[in-house]
Amino acid sequence: MNMSTLATPQVITLQIDGQDVSARADESILDVARENGIDIPTMCHLDGLDPVGACRLCLIEIEGTPKLLPACMTYAEEGMRVLTDSPRLQKYRRTILELIFAERNHVCSVCVSNGHCELQNMAVKLGVSHVTVAYRYPKMEVDSSHDRFRLDHNRCILCTRCVRVCDAVEGAHTKDVMGRGVLSAIIHDLNEPWGDSDTCTSCGKCVHVCPTGALVEKGTASSEMAKRTQFLPYLTRMREHHS
Amino acid sequence: MAQQIKIEPVTRIEGHAKITLTLGDDGKVNDAMFHVTQFRGFEKFVEGRPLTEMPSITARICGICPVSHLMASAKACDDLLSVEIPPTAVKLRRLMNLAQFTQSHALSFFHLSSPDLLLGFDADPATRNVVGLVRKHPQRAADGIKLRKFGQRAIELLGGKRVHPAWLVPGGVNKALDPAAREEILAGIPQALDIARRTVEFFKTIVDQFHHEIDCFGNFPTMFAGLVAPHDLWEHYDGTFRFIDSDGIDVVELNEPREYQRYIGEAVEEFSYLKSPYYKPMGYPDGIYRVGPLARVNICKGFGTPLADEELAEFRQRAGNPALSSFHFHWARLLETLHAVEQIQRILEAPDILDKQVRARARPNRLEGVGISEAPRGSLIHHYKIDEDGRMVWANLIIATGHNNLSINRGVLQVAKEYVDGTKLKEGMLNRVEAVVRTYDPCLSCSTHALGQMAMKIELTDREGQVLDVLKR
Repeated sequence: MNMSTLATPQVITLQIDGQDVSARADESILDVARENGIDIPTMCHLDGLDPVGACRLCLIEIEGTPKLLPACMTYAEEGMRVLTDSPRLQKYRRTILELIFAERNHVCSVCVSNGHCELQNMAVKLGVSHVTVAYRYPKMEVDSSHDRFRLDHNRCILCTRCVRVCDAVEGAHTKDVMGRGVLSAIIHDLNEPWGDSDTCTSCGKCVHVCPTGALVEKGTASSEMAKRTQFLPYLTRMREHHS
Repeated sequence: MAQQIKIEPVTRIEGHAKITLTLGDDGKVNDAMFHVTQFRGFEKFVEGRPLTEMPSITARICGICPVSHLMASAKACDDLLSVEIPPTAVKLRRLMNLAQFTQSHALSFFHLSSPDLLLGFDADPATRNVVGLVRKHPQRAADGIKLRKFGQRAIELLGGKRVHPAWLVPGGVNKALDPAAREEILAGIPQALDIARRTVEFFKTIVDQFHHEIDCFGNFPTMFAGLVAPHDLWEHYDGTFRFIDSDGIDVVELNEPREYQRYIGEAVEEFSYLKSPYYKPMGYPDGIYRVGPLARVNICKGFGTPLADEELAEFRQRAGNPALSSFHFHWARLLETLHAVEQIQRILEAPDILDKQVRARARPNRLEGVGISEAPRGSLIHHYKIDEDGRMVWANLIIATGHNNLSINRGVLQVAKEYVDGTKLKEGMLNRVEAVVRTYDPCLSCSTHALGQMAMKIELTDREGQVLDVLKR
């Protein structure tokens, strides 16, 4: 291979939590931080899927900018000074998690994902032992019409990982989001029961990228639904390689 | 003005209750009502949930017997899946239920009822409790704690945790028995067996002191009901559901749990959130029957294990066959504990107990399913209806204490008539009214699927409903 034909990536330097790091200009702060062993909590982010900045858990502070910005959607710039774990950020993150818990009906003890749930793990990690905002207790459906899988809207945090994997990796785009704000919901095709969908290939990727017990395999009882997401970066890379 | 004596909170029953005694003109008790005062609504809020979650959800009805609802629910789900679960899974489920009998019966006898039996019904309430028991009878108290621990530890070793293990699933259990766990439970058997034996021996030496209580603590003819195994052996998990009359004659036997509605009706009284199931062919309230240790012992011919059968023979001789006084729930409970420990050993020694095939998998193959198992307190019925996608559309749960509701009410009346005279309540009388309730080891949290602290209140009213006196704990 002729090395001279490759464009030299623009390397920039910045500071994260007081640590000098270097990055490419097309890298997000989240990627740079993780490459350098700095952990920023995320829920909607998943390696292998395009970021959407939906959950806001990865909010960071950037010196000179009054707004908090999502690390997954903010790109590295020369001379940036970033804070990822200030008391202000910790407080915001805990509140975000509390709001997620309060928005729908997350009942860990009886959930099939109990013990394997990213939301539960995040609550433990961020020290959310209680929810201080009022629960909404919405009355939500369970879509059990699919032959093998189940969608329980009660456990959905609207991270849209399922929508993205279905569209970008499987290429079916069966899943999408309907409605706005707190009334948003995952739908299949034109809001049909999952089992009636003509486009769903029943590949199960959505189930395994789902961070909670919202998308699960049928027949699993409490605490039995462990997800496997290892396939995703591998699959993404192989598809890029072939295209 | 009516004088109020407050003894708060009531101890040694599971749940929240109140008793009302109505006096006649002569100051004697005319009527008694046992009110259970909570409402929880599990049957309603499970609607829409996937059936595979049912064991875990219904388990949360109660943490006192943390396995019972899992068991009945898993059986109802087996019925919905129409599967025959692997033989090893049946053994493992039985093992866990027996472990639970051991720990729950130990709790009922040693922690809840022993203060009355060992310290006396009229003992000072300040010391008539488990602490007083530890002070005066440290050996008995230690026995109770050890026996309970044996059962709790067995549940933990089988299911991963002591309360609400997610191990019981539709179709069987989700993990085979670990050989090390088997060894550990087996190692605990000799001590548990010793305790169970010496407790029965001890009880036999004191039971005659309570002849007056035996005569009036729910001592009346009723039917008895519960599960019974082939060859008329004692049963707790499977088998057929049998009703016998007060002479011990078989009345009816349900081969299929789904037939229960033909024989069991559920009456609702305005004064209690606890439903009153009754034997349908006899009507309400004549169709009174009892469940639980006394009933299970009455409806079977024997336990099928040597030590328990030997004790059962003496029980029948001394307490009657069938034994009619609810006071004998205590004795029956001890017999069951002895048998449970013997049977745990027998199951653990079965050659296929470590078999890895412990779960049958299937989709729902039926839209309606019923599971019956025996909780320590008596028969537990879970009845579910689902839609074609496997979501719950309807549930009915009949709980042990519910079956006993009519009998508890009558027992309270019987004791009150015997002990209450005039318009002034005495503490010893209050305690006996409580104690008759305690013989049934009722779980009011379960029976109303209710939530609350233990509390009991006794109201004395005249015929016009005027409250004359209140005792609260």
